[in-house]
Parts: sequence; C-alpha cells; structure tokens
Amino acid sequence: MSGGAKLNVRVAEVVPVNELITRFRFVASDGADLPAFSGGAHTVVEMDDNGTRRLNPYSLMSSPTDRSGYEISVRRDDVGRGGSLFMHQHVTPGMEMTLSYPVNLFALDNRAKKHLMIAGGIGITPFLAQIAQLTHYGGKFELHYSARSKGLGAYMDRLTAAHPGKVHCYFDDQSQQIDLGRLLSMQPIGTHLYVCGPKGMIKWVLTTAEAMGWPRQTLHHEEFTAPGTGKAFTVELAASGKTITVGTTQSLLEAMEAAGVDAPYLCRGGACGQCETTVHKCDGTILHRDHWLTPEEHAAGSKIMPCVSRFEGKTLVIDR
Amino acid sequence: MKINLTPVDAPSIRSRPVYSALEPRNGTLHLIIADGEGAEAVIQVLAKAHDRSQMLSTAHVIYAPGPNGTDLGAELQGLGAAQFYRAPSIPALLPRLQRVLSDARMGTQFYLAGTEGLIGQAETAIMSYGFPFVAIQKEHRGSTVRRVQCVHCKGITENVATDPFKCSHCGLNLFVRDHYSRRIAAFQGVNIDAEDPGQVPESVVRFK
Amino acid sequence: MSLDFKPGAFNDFFRNETFREDFTYRNSPAAIQRFPFPFDRDDYMYSVNMEPHVPGRKGSVFEHLLDVDEHYVSEMIDRARVLAEDPLRCQSLPHMTLAGWDTLELVMEAKARDYPQWFSLKKTGDRWHWINRPLGIEQSFTFLDEATLPCGPFEYIMRQTQGDWTLQDERDNTLWMDAGIATSQADWSADFDIGMNFHEWHAPVPLAHEKGIFDRALKFLLKLQHGAPVRRFNWTMTVNPLLDTSPENYPKWGPTKTSLTQGNLGGKQHLRVELQTLYRLPRSNAIAFDIRCYLGKFEELVTMPKWGRRLHRVVRDIHPDLAAYKGFLRNREAMVEWLSHYDDGLPTTPGWWPED
Repeated sequence: MSGGAKLNVRVAEVVPVNELITRFRFVASDGADLPAFSGGAHTVVEMDDNGTRRLNPYSLMSSPTDRSGYEISVRRDDVGRGGSLFMHQHVTPGMEMTLSYPVNLFALDNRAKKHLMIAGGIGITPFLAQIAQLTHYGGKFELHYSARSKGLGAYMDRLTAAHPGKVHCYFDDQSQQIDLGRLLSMQPIGTHLYVCGPKGMIKWVLTTAEAMGWPRQTLHHEEFTAPGTGKAFTVELAASGKTITVGTTQSLLEAMEAAGVDAPYLCRGGACGQCETTVHKCDGTILHRDHWLTPEEHAAGSKIMPCVSRFEGKTLVIDR
Repeated sequence: MKINLTPVDAPSIRSRPVYSALEPRNGTLHLIIADGEGAEAVIQVLAKAHDRSQMLSTAHVIYAPGPNGTDLGAELQGLGAAQFYRAPSIPALLPRLQRVLSDARMGTQFYLAGTEGLIGQAETAIMSYGFPFVAIQKEHRGSTVRRVQCVHCKGITENVATDPFKCSHCGLNLFVRDHYSRRIAAFQGVNIDAEDPGQVPESVVRFK
Repeated sequence: MSLDFKPGAFNDFFRNETFREDFTYRNSPAAIQRFPFPFDRDDYMYSVNMEPHVPGRKGSVFEHLLDVDEHYVSEMIDRARVLAEDPLRCQSLPHMTLAGWDTLELVMEAKARDYPQWFSLKKTGDRWHWINRPLGIEQSFTFLDEATLPCGPFEYIMRQTQGDWTLQDERDNTLWMDAGIATSQADWSADFDIGMNFHEWHAPVPLAHEKGIFDRALKFLLKLQHGAPVRRFNWTMTVNPLLDTSPENYPKWGPTKTSLTQGNLGGKQHLRVELQTLYRLPRSNAIAFDIRCYLGKFEELVTMPKWGRRLHRVVRDIHPDLAAYKGFLRNREAMVEWLSHYDDGLPTTPGWWPED
C-alpha cells in the first residue's frame, strides 16, 4: 500500500497556542498505545476536505516516551493550498482521522558528543520531541530558538522553564539575532548541528557552518516543501495508460491518486525520495521543487518527484 | 575456502580504505598527523594553501618515522608550524593526539598522511570523539606494509609484509584479506590451511 | 553472564540435541515438511528478492513474526556456550543501547502475542514482567533502565532469541552495523564487521556489487518503515549441523569439509537456509536485521521429491565464484553426484512449497 502502514486515530484535543499556531492531539481509535517513535519523526495527516483528499506532513512534537497520544502543531497558512486552513477550521475533538506511521528524516545522531539545535518559528516542533528524547535517554543539547515576537514564540515558556541555561530565545521584533559565528566556533569536537525553520535561516546556518569547517555529515536540517500552486498541466501516465490534468492547487501525486493510480509516497514534501518517478518524455520544463534529486538529476530531467514538482510545456510522459 | 591472493594494487573491495591527496580546507585548527613519507604530503598540502602562513600559524603537526626508517622530522620541523612534535613511533604519538582531541573544537581540520597503520590508528582516535571519518582527510604515502588482525586470536600483527604470514600472537598461518575494519584499524587475517592443515603456500612479499 | 536458565523444558515439542561434538541435531518429519526451502526455481543467482514480512501459511516458518521451533531450547544452550567461550560474539556500541531496548520490546511483544503458552509479558507502566517458560526465565525489570537487567538489553533478549541479529544505525544515507550477535553465522565475523557501513560489510560478497544489488538493496532499506517489516532468503552449505561456523573457529571446523564420502554425505551435508527479516525500530530509528538459520540434512530434504530434483540442479549449475564464496566448491562434485540419484529429470513446479 502506498504511504506505508496507517494508524486510525481520534482527535483528542485542539488547543490554540497563539494567533497562528494550533496544537492537535491524536489518540488511537481503539484506545491502544500508538507506536513509539524517535525525535524528529513526522506523520502524514490525511484530510478529507470536502471531497478533496489532502495529505500533509507534520513533525511529531510530543514526547517519544508517551505512547498514549501524538501531538502536532500546525501554523495557519492563509495563502497555501488549504491543508493548514482545514486543520484550523474543520478539525474538532472527537473526529476520526488517519495518520501514517511515524517516519524520521531528521533523526539525532546518537553518537554526537553534543546536539546543537537551531530553530526558527514553527520549526521548533521536531526539537520538542528530540529534547524530550534526550532528557529521557540522556544526551547533551543546547537550543537556540528565534521567533518573530514573544507572542509567536510557541512553547518558549515551557522550554526555558524545563531546561534553564540550555534554551536561548531571540525575537525579531527586538532585533535580536543568534551570534552564529561565535556559537559555531565554541562547540566541542563531535558536536552535531540541527536546524529547522524558514528556508533562508536554514541556508544561513548551513553555509556559515560549512565555511567554518564543519563537515557536512555533522549538519542536519529538515525542510518540508509545501507542494505549492501553479498553472494546471497535463501528464500522460505510461504504465497505467491514463492522461490526467493536474489542477492549479493540486499536486501531481494528488492528481494521480484522484485518478485511481496507486503511486508510492512517504513524506509528500520532496524530502524522502519514495515517489521518485522516471520521465519517459518531456517536451517542456519540469519545475523541480524537491530536495531529493541532485542538481544534475534536475538538469537532466529524466526523473520527477510528483509530490511537489510541476510541469510547464507541451508533453510530459512519466512511468506510472 | 578457495584463496586468490589479490595483488595489492588491484581494484579492490568496498571495505578497502580510499585515500586521496590532502587539500587545504577552511578551519580554525589544522591537526596534521603523519609518518614516514607522509611528511612529503604535508609539505605539499601546505604549499597548496591559499594563505600558507595563516595555515601554519594554526597548525599542529605530529610526526613519527616510518616503519621503513624514513625520517623527515627535521624537514617538517623546519616548516614552522605553531606546534610540532616528533614521536619515536606511532604508539608514542597517540597519547598526545588524545590530549589534543580532548578540547578540540568543531572547525578543526584533520590531515593524516603516511602508512595505513598510522592513518588507521589516528582515524580511530578521532572517530571516538564522534567526528565523522569521511571528513578526515587521508593520503597514503610510503610503505604499504599492513596492520593485520588475526580473526582467530584477535591479536594484531604490525607491519605485515608477506602473504601468508605467521600471526605474531598465536602462530597460525594467515592470509591477508582486503577486508578492512576502521573500528579496529586493521585488515583481516584468516588461517590459510584450516581445511588442509600443514598445506601452506609459499610466502610472497606483497607489501613493502 | 553464563548459563542463566535451567532448561528442564525438553518435552514432546522441544528437542534435546547438540550442534557440536556428537551432533545429534535432526529435523522431525513435521519440521522437514515446514523447512524453508529457499529455491523457487531450478537455478540460482543473487537478487534483492525482498517481500513484505506478513504472516504466511499456517504451520509454515512465516506463520508468526518470529518463528519458535522445535530446536529453540537446544539452540539457546548452544548460544550460551558460544558466548561463554567468546564474549566478543555479542557487541553493541555505546550509542546503540536504545536500539537494543527496541529489539527487546519487538521480541517480547511478538513472542507473548504469538506463543502465549510459552511466553508472557505483563506491563505496569515501565515495570515489565517477562516469563520465558521453555528456558525457565522469569524477570521483572524497568523498561529503558539497563540497571534492572543482568546484562545489556540487546544481549539479554538475544540469549532468548533464535537467529543472529545485527542492529543498523542510519546515518549519512547508509546503514552502520553498530551492534550484533553472531553465534550461528555463515562465516562472517561480528567482531570484525561491527562499525562498518552497508557496502563495507558486504564487501567480500562476489558478483553482487557489480550487478548493483547492494545499491538497490540499500535504497530499499533506507525507506523501510516501522510497522512494515520485510524478508528475504539466503543460503549456504555446512558440513555437520554446526551452527557456529564462525571465522574465529575456522581452524576447528574447516577440516570437516574433507570428511565427506558418498556414504555419509546425505547425513553430514546440510543446506543452511537463512530467513532474513528486517524491521525498522521505533525509538532509535535503527534497523534490526534477523538472520535466522535453518539446517536441513540432504537426506531429509530429498524426502520431498520436488526439493531433491531442484537442489541437484541448483548445485550443479551455480556460478563457481558463488560456490567458492559459499564455501562448498571443493565438495560440489560430490554433492552433485549424491543428489543426482534424486533427480529423475522431470520438470518441477514454480515456488518453494514441497507439495505444489
């Protein structure tokens, strides 16, 4: 089955955290324990938005030691495709929903002598689970967390109270910024760095660290790309013999699923590689939006990641 | 077990370490560890540095003569690195490496050059601090003698030149596989006459 | 830790037998019937051949997630003896403790669920109570607290679990074998290979690298998900029902390869089948790899006519490099000759089940 094993859950709590972020707690529909997971894992939430099937990945933020429920935090995106709006406007306690088994594309390196975490905004969520994991199983960490303002700094109070001295907060509206150069120059050998947040922040942290001689293998980041919108386009599916049209707010993967084609996927955010598909013919331009294929593969145009990438042009034939 | 002795320079198996020429990299400390002819690789990487005096002023060079007697310690000392130490042997330089690692910071660059025995043992020490081995630069120079662990008694024989050879610990006749353990920093030696005791092929010099 | 259980449990089901010295190991007729014969056609070449590890036919070795068979108690006694002689056969690098707990949970939950007559697991929060009746073990402990078990969680549960297991940490787009136990291995050294990545520990395997087998297998495994284990077969040949064909002890068992005659081959020569299963572990994100060994004497296997025909053809036609790697090149001709008496040349049906 595409997307792997599924979990039937019930919404147990819906808690507004601030003006943009709402937290959801899910428990197993049958009352049993949910599978354990590792800090940094995400789940794909399936939504039935008035007939449109939406599947969005969200980092699990609850403690990996708590199998009684999973928690996620969703930031409302008023100009997105509608997944976060659906979560905010239509998901209520008691609702039955379907989640994927947890998948981790942002795991801690357990050999690290120290874990240095840098979070921006909603990018805090995987770190909440990782910090719970390190607190329980042992492991040295330090978190640097920036938000637009105090009001938007979700879970800052909880973190600073639980881990005084290890959590450092920064606020854009007070013109505070992490002194990255100093921070990165002070870390003991064997430190691993983790960053999750806005694209610009991830790039700033990774390029600074690399320029200072940090090996790539010690740098970890997580970035889910929302599929995004674009012009409608037509695709021929060679294996199933169908021709489908991908709508402006639909992803190619979603369009295939809507046409009854069972295509593989895991993260639906261009990160995991599961949905990689061979391109048989391309007369036009593939708009690659994934983090999986290499720049060379993007240029060659012989593969596409249907969960996020789109197409503009005359003919696209893919192997599905 | 059928035994094909592979020439040392033949295309080899995936566990065989890969070496390449040292390149200067950005870093706050350049920790350079070499033995024997590895000194030449050190001199060359410094020559390639964008800012040689800057690199030297943040370099710590640790050196031991090679198993074949090659000793370029004086040449290395003459480079003028911030710190230089010549040890009489590889075992004698390892405690100093441990001490340097104990308060090294991220941003340190590691350069290893010389025999596989030196490279392997220094790499194991660095890896034990949680540092990724692929980010450690390694250039093989000089002697090709091998450090081999007897899979039977677990003893390590240093500077193995012939194949097969007699384990210096248990005395079994071992052939040298290309299978390499980074954790143990040694190639694997397996009894060559296990199935037909006493039938030991003539020893040939494979590693010099 | 030494022999910490009192196996008074040999009964109508669990056989009292040895895998060394007098080699009294054999399969009952029921065990032959369910033997996991690994060839689904008349020839053999490497392939990734992975399939979902879902419950299979009733009575087969796939009926349950972990198969507990008539050899369980005797295999665990043999394992304890190997570990007493050489503790390096079980190792776990420091960062793998959590993966060890994941493995302990996987095994205990599966056995208590599928074999309630033999195993029981009661949980009160983190306080767990485990009973292993065949081995006479009863243990209360705190989950995730190493100080409450007599040894590390990985070794503890491995002393009660058939099969060699390795635990792979996932980093840098590959898998690292950072823990493992090997007491029934087909000639690979856990001590030497621990710490290696996927391509490194498979390095000695001939032909498969060139075919890209390991690249494809790794890509597949990196996407392995919790809750969706997979399995495949591997196989080799062993003289005598010797579980511990380790490189460490090769000087001890190597000479037995020269002991085969047409008269004793049917009883001494064993097909050694590995049922390999892979599980993504939840808390550690590591992958557990179970290499479960089944030994079948040639004379037991040829009681199934289809298997007799097929085994003859596979051994006769296999690539010599593979026969050499699997360690039976020197006895291959003798095996072919012995097996030829059980091959009447009739066609065989696809699939491995004996009766199809």
